[in-house]
Formats: sequence, structure tokens, C-alpha cells
Amino acid sequence: MEKFIREDGLVAPLDRANVDTDQIIPKQFLKSIKRSGFGPNLFDEWRYLDEGQPGQDNSKRPLNEDFVLNQSRYQGASILLARRNFGCGSSREHAPWALLDFGFRAIIAPSFADIFFNNCFKNGVLPIVVSEEVADELFSAVQGKEGYRLTVDLAEQKIIRPDGEAIAFEIDAFRKHCLLNGLDDIGLTLQVADSIREYEASRQQREPWVFIE
Amino acid sequence: MARTLYDKLWDAHLVKQRDDGSALIYIDRQIIHEVTSPQAFEGLRLAGRQPWRVGSNFATLDHNVPTTPFKNASEIEDDTSRIQVQTLEDNTRAFGIREFGIGDVRQGIVHVMAPEQGAVVPGMTVVCGDSHTSTNGALACLAHGIGTSEVEHVLATQCLVAKKMKNMLVRVEGELGAGVTAKDVVLHIIGVIGTAGGNGHAMEFAGSAIRSLSMEGRMTICNMSIEAGARAGMVAVDDITIDYVRGRPFAPKGADWDKAVDYWRTLVSDDGAQFDTVVEINAADIKPQVSWGTSPEMVLPVDATLPIPEQESDAVKRSGMERAYQYMGLTPGMKITDIKVDRVFIGSCTNSRIEDLRAAAVVAKGRKKADNVKQVLVVPGSGLVKQQAEAEGLDKVFVEAGFEWREPGCSMCLAMNPDKLLAGEHCASTSNRNFEGRQGNGGRTHLVSPAMAAAAAVAGHFVDIRDFDSRDL
Repeated sequence: MEKFIREDGLVAPLDRANVDTDQIIPKQFLKSIKRSGFGPNLFDEWRYLDEGQPGQDNSKRPLNEDFVLNQSRYQGASILLARRNFGCGSSREHAPWALLDFGFRAIIAPSFADIFFNNCFKNGVLPIVVSEEVADELFSAVQGKEGYRLTVDLAEQKIIRPDGEAIAFEIDAFRKHCLLNGLDDIGLTLQVADSIREYEASRQQREPWVFIE
Repeated sequence: MARTLYDKLWDAHLVKQRDDGSALIYIDRQIIHEVTSPQAFEGLRLAGRQPWRVGSNFATLDHNVPTTPFKNASEIEDDTSRIQVQTLEDNTRAFGIREFGIGDVRQGIVHVMAPEQGAVVPGMTVVCGDSHTSTNGALACLAHGIGTSEVEHVLATQCLVAKKMKNMLVRVEGELGAGVTAKDVVLHIIGVIGTAGGNGHAMEFAGSAIRSLSMEGRMTICNMSIEAGARAGMVAVDDITIDYVRGRPFAPKGADWDKAVDYWRTLVSDDGAQFDTVVEINAADIKPQVSWGTSPEMVLPVDATLPIPEQESDAVKRSGMERAYQYMGLTPGMKITDIKVDRVFIGSCTNSRIEDLRAAAVVAKGRKKADNVKQVLVVPGSGLVKQQAEAEGLDKVFVEAGFEWREPGCSMCLAMNPDKLLAGEHCASTSNRNFEGRQGNGGRTHLVSPAMAAAAAVAGHFVDIRDFDSRDL
């Protein structure tokens, strides 16, 4: 997993609540057996006017010019500003894969759906929870000024605005540690393999029926 | 100290609590399907790892499989679907994982297959790369969806890195009215608390109305806890739970059974256990439900009229409603019963069990699909559900009514296989999500119970199941 330390980037505003993972990456693209290549189909139904299919040349498809990510001022954005309950619905990890593949490293929203939130951390994408008030302010700022950028400093747990003012955010210590160091969870867990075996032995005594071959 | 059901399940699976608040919990069952597993198996291979406990995994095919008869994967026309199905077959073979594949009567939707087989029994932790894993919580399990990285993590370590969630109690007291089903209960709950209402919580459903439900009904409710924001839903153990599990192929037998039942009886929230959030629902307030918008919280009783966006004070909600109206092609203030239906889908992990098919068949019996309804799909949740339904003659009832009787799978719930809505079509669907494009690009989904779906198929528009029999069609 790629480390996340600090991201200084252009911000794109997605001004709608309850954005679900079916919207982030529609189901026809889940048939891929890879982890990469989902970026061109991120928000496919909103980005394009036709119906997308896997394996298509997306550069030839008609764009929905009204959709925010198609506007020239937001090209190259790496921070997505969103509304409440972002990432609800299906557990598909293809959603953070698509956001990352498109170029987003951080997502700022008043709340996230639990499974999506968790999936982000496994892929070096930082979801940041801010208050509704802060989100409103950021939406006004981004929409009001072309080229609006923010800096996300994970070590300091701060979003830094262009005027230098900082917005503090919370993050679990373990998740922060993994992101800062780009750590693989599995390797860490296997360091305590003995504890897992010990637990299994005691469970096997209490509930042998769980352990079928 | 008095503990909730969730507290007990958590404590029983805690392998290691870390100082930073995160924990390692043990996973008893992993259910695997073809869509969210290929990258996990690839990860194992790249790292040279083997599954920690191969027997704890159960795999089957559901999302991509066609619901028209076929004999093996090579007959699947769509290249990408076929490759995904074959990839699961290759992976389960290579790693020695149990799979109920094509042609196996046990094949079906993951969340129908697992309880049906007794692969999931009370007191377990259950995960699957699928958000509707919460279904299994009906058996007093801690069951929730995970992402593909976690699928790999569980395969490799039999554990999950987790943080304890908050406790939420949704208590539904009283008697459900005639025509009101488990699906209406859960849609009503989502309408009350919203799709983010349960975020960060494990949600226990309790109260006399929940106790009165069959296991199938409880599964329907736990299935949609995710649509209420809670990735895990659960119901405490009682006689109904134990009767359901008894005799299932992978359930404990003999002396183990007696020991298991003694333990399972303790899987209830203690008197005086503390919940962080409590929601009280009066069963008598619940009417048959129909969703009208593009989020499951946009749901109303069938006798209601559609909401007026101008009357919504929350600006974010108001703009969501306006967008939903545009997508759904509906008008504020119109009656739900005036919404015409183009297709009907009876199936999905929410409502494809035998009880659901029986409820739909009662309505369909002796009636015909309306002319304006292009297609009614009835898709059983597993090969065994299909077999049972056919033994009861339900398939004939459906076919005589002009419905299509299909092979098991996820089908039009998410339209990864050939079963899809066309743009602009309205569908009465027993599935769980009415998101934009969910059932097909541009398709318009209305979530309902199986009986309400069958009634809409017959009438050609939504009807109130409570006065269906006396209605002049």
C-alpha cells in the first residue's frame, strides 16, 4: 500500500448526499478480476452520457459536461469534498480502487458509510470527517474560487487552508500508523500468530462444532 | 455487568485488544462469491500465503450467474462474467475451498445458502465481501460485509482488525397488521432513522413484533440493516432460531447439539444492558411500504402521496429529493398507487426464501400479470429453495400467472447478469437498493415486499395489499 503522509492538492466538490458505491463504480465494472484500471469508470453514469461497458475506449464516449469532474477547473483534483453518508451501499472495494485510480488521495465529508470508510484505509486513501458547518464552508470556498487547493497533513491531523488556517481532524491511532508507513495489515496480524492459535485452542474446547473441516 | 448480544459476541471472539483501541477478532465463517474474491486470492498467491483454516470458508456463485438454465461456466455468454465465474472455480480448487458450484442444488445467493446449510449457526462471527452479510445476524451472529483486502486478511489470518462499534437497539413492539411483512418493518425503520441512522453501530432488532417473525422474516430485516447504515444487524436466540438450525447439514449433531443449544440460549441481551442508541417503533404504525426515490430512506406507506420538496427544511435533503424526482420521472404530490409498473422482480438476498415465494404465490394464484407489465421475474435464492417451491407447486402458480420462473442467483437485484431494467422503466422489486442505475442503467426501482410486488404485477401499478382481495381489477 502506498504511504499517505501529506497531500497538497486541488479540491473537487461533489455536492450531493448519500453517494453510494453503485454510483462510484457501477456493477458492470466489478467483473474485472484486477485491482487497477477503474479510474476511467469512476462515477461512470454521471460522467458519461452513454452506458459504459468494460473494456471500452472511454476517450471516445460522450461526456456529461454538467458533471463536476468534467469541468476544466477541477482537472487533476486529488482531494474530493463530499456530503454526508458518502460511500453507502455495497461493500465493493472497487469504489476506493476507482477513486484512487482516478487520482483522489483524500476525501472530506461530514460522514461516511462504515464499510467504505474502512476500505479506504486499506488502499492508502484518507477519508476525513469534518462537521457539517466546516463542510458547508469548504463547499463555498471551493465553488467560489477556481484553483482552490488544500493541504492534508496526516502526521499533524490537519487540513490546511490556503490562508494557513488549519482544521483539525480525528483518526484512529492504528489506522494513522498504517497509512503513514504504508503497512500491510496481514503481515502485522501474522506477527501475533501464536495468540490466534491460542485463541483457537480454547474456542475448540468450548465450541467444537464451529471448527468443521 | 449486563451485556448486550453484540457485547457477548464481541467478547467471545476477541483475540487481542490493542492499546490504540483497535482489536483483533476471530472469524468463524467466511462466505465467498465470485465478484469480491479474485483480487484476494491473487494477493494470497503473490505473498505465497495459504488459507489459515480452509474449512471455515464456504464459496458459491451468485452475482454473475444467468438465471436461465445452463450446465457449466463455459455457457455464460458475457466474457467478463464467465471469466469471473471460472476464476472462482479455479481459486477454490487451487486452495481446496468448499464450493457449491454450477449444477449443485446447494448453489445460490451467499446469504441464502449459508443459513440454509447450517454453515452459519448462532454465536458465530461471519464475514463475506458483500454488504448484505448482515442477513446472517438473524441467527444471533456478528455478521457483516467486508472489502476485498479484508477477504484476503481473513483468508490468511482467520482474523479481522476491528474496532468495537456502538450498540443500537431497535425495538418493535405490538402486533403487525394484516398484509404487513418483515420487509415493510425494515423499510419503515429505514424511513424513520434514515440510511445513515445506524452508522457506527451494531443494530439489534428486538420486541414482540420481531419475536413473532419466522427466521426468514428476521433474515429480511437483518439483511437491510446496512440500508439503515448499520453493517451488522442481529436478533437474539429463541426457540424459533434453534428450531431453524436443527438438522441442517453443517449444524452440530448429537452431544455437540445439546451443548451448543445450552450455549446459544445465552445469546440474548441481558436485562439492564446499556445501548448507546434506542429506537422504539410501534408495530401498529407500520403499513405496507413502497420506496419512491433513489435512496432506501425515500420510502412511504402505500396509501401516501409523494412528498413536496419545498416543504423539506434541510437543504441537502431537499436537493436530494429534487434529484430523485428528476431521475424517477415522478411528480411531487402524486399517489403511490398511481405509479405504473413496467417490470417486477421477486428475488434477492432480501426476499428469495421459501416464505417469500409463498407470499407472492398467494397473490398470483388464479390471477394474471397485467398487460402493461413487460416481465415478472421470480428468482429463488438457492437450488434448494427452488426445489422446495416446485414441490409445493409454486412454480406452476407463477407460470400460469404469466410470471417467469428462473434459476437461483442475485439476478436483477444488481443486474450483473443479463436480467436488467431498461432506461426509464419502473420496477416493483423485492430487493434492497433503489440507487440510480442499480437494476440497469436508467432503471427506476421501487422497493416492496413479495406480496406487494406480486400485487403490482397483477394490477399493473402499486396497490395496497390490504384491500387487494376485494379490489375490482
